[in-house]
Amino acid sequence: MHGMINRALQSFLVATYGNDVWVEVRNLAKLPFDDFESMLTYDDAHTMDCFTAACQTMHQSPIALLEDLGTFLITHPPLDPLRRLLRFGGASFQDFILSLDELADRGRMAMPAIEMPEIEVTELGANTYRLSAHWKLPGIGPILFGALRAMADDYGSLATLKLAGVRDGAECLEIEVHDTRHAEGRSFQLAEMTS
Amino acid sequence: MTMHSPPPRPELRLPIAVLDRLMPMHLSIDPRGQIRHAGPTIRKMLGWDGSGTPSIFEHVEIRRPQGVDDVKALMQQAGSRLSLALKSAPDLQLRGVLLPINDGGGAIMDISLGLSFARAVAEFSLTLHDFSPCDQTVELLYLHEANTSTTRLSTRLSERLQSAHAAAQHQARTDVLTGLSNRRAMDDELERLLSDKNQDFTLLHLDLDLFKEVNDTHGHAAGDAVLMNVGAILSRELRRNDFPARIGGDEFLVLLRPTVGEEVAGRIAQRLIQRIEAPIAFEGVECAVSASIGIVMTTQYSQRPTMNELMADVDAALYQAKHAGRGRYVVHSQAGLH
Repeated sequence: MHGMINRALQSFLVATYGNDVWVEVRNLAKLPFDDFESMLTYDDAHTMDCFTAACQTMHQSPIALLEDLGTFLITHPPLDPLRRLLRFGGASFQDFILSLDELADRGRMAMPAIEMPEIEVTELGANTYRLSAHWKLPGIGPILFGALRAMADDYGSLATLKLAGVRDGAECLEIEVHDTRHAEGRSFQLAEMTS
Repeated sequence: MTMHSPPPRPELRLPIAVLDRLMPMHLSIDPRGQIRHAGPTIRKMLGWDGSGTPSIFEHVEIRRPQGVDDVKALMQQAGSRLSLALKSAPDLQLRGVLLPINDGGGAIMDISLGLSFARAVAEFSLTLHDFSPCDQTVELLYLHEANTSTTRLSTRLSERLQSAHAAAQHQARTDVLTGLSNRRAMDDELERLLSDKNQDFTLLHLDLDLFKEVNDTHGHAAGDAVLMNVGAILSRELRRNDFPARIGGDEFLVLLRPTVGEEVAGRIAQRLIQRIEAPIAFEGVECAVSASIGIVMTTQYSQRPTMNELMADVDAALYQAKHAGRGRYVVHSQAGLH
């Protein structure tokens, strides 16, 4: 698994539970190094071992932890570059949802080796969508759940999401958008404010 | 035989709103070169409120081809690529193309941000709505931003690897106990100096006397304290360019460069022996050692010596010094005793 994804998991654990928890997790997972490096690639087993160790250490269900991880990816301030890149997907939350079938290509455009989930978007009704996601590891459904709920907030949209099981090996998610101008979203200027 | 005139080319009349969405950066000019209409994005960039009919040349400067400064010249460029800048942002190089239209004469000029897209978007605070959904400029911005982020990460990784590499390299060439250079570093330095005929130097081979006794009587920790003390003396008592190294248990090599005469070399050796002979206290016991030193100078050879010759000669000198009793030094050539 790409270092970027492993590093995100590590940052999530450190930022949410503290460095001591990360040290415990990495010992439990028997990582042969101290930190994941974003620009390197690691054996998938390391990713799974760390995740299992984190659930054990924090007495959390895998789904709850994955959802929190998804939310973290969008809301953690140092990860703002990622949020910004996602906002390029569309001017409104609905445009953004519809652009998710381009997400994998978009990710590879930024980082050719990264394993992005392949997402298929189906319109179930005027404001209702089903996402079916294939990924290299199990758990992409809850991660997307947390991330998309945070993206709805980011756009200032009111949306309800629910996990919708697994079909043909794809983890599914249903989204209903109620109001696209629910609240003031976070600002998104195309040009990055470089300080 | 009847003559057929070519069928009239189909014409398409487009509502302005359609044009605005397809080409939000277009200008529509009349036959006199006055701006009739500007797409919403270019209007924002021009700072034009839509009133009046200003000449296109009041707002736009055609840079290439050169000399296009009236309508006639402009119309002659129909269909070719134009390099231009807005008077409101002269430092942003834009790209354009102009085509005449039948609709009352005049022309449409479409404009794009070209390679200055990132600066243009920042300068005019453009948003996703300012571009046609088909315009790849937004994708370029995305890529530009993604690239900046990943480059930053790569740079950080390279810097970390570089400093880890430097630390490892330093460690591989350093004697951990004394902080002096080790045998490998000394060998490299000697090779380097010997290969340069203009670099004459003096080499001291220093071996501690009574070190084994300290180790046997007071333990290895005491022996280590003695070695550290010798390391400190060698770091302190030499000139900045001189190069001391611990090459084995209680053996040290010192390079004096630039080289010194026999007499000065002898004085330096004598001083080092004196300093080393001063006893040190370690956990309440006094540890006393001495040192023997062999000395050789590259100026003593008619031909540049090899590493082996040099080491054999300085060893021989040290051997003589040892043989003559503790705390002596011997300079190679004359093999005399001091």
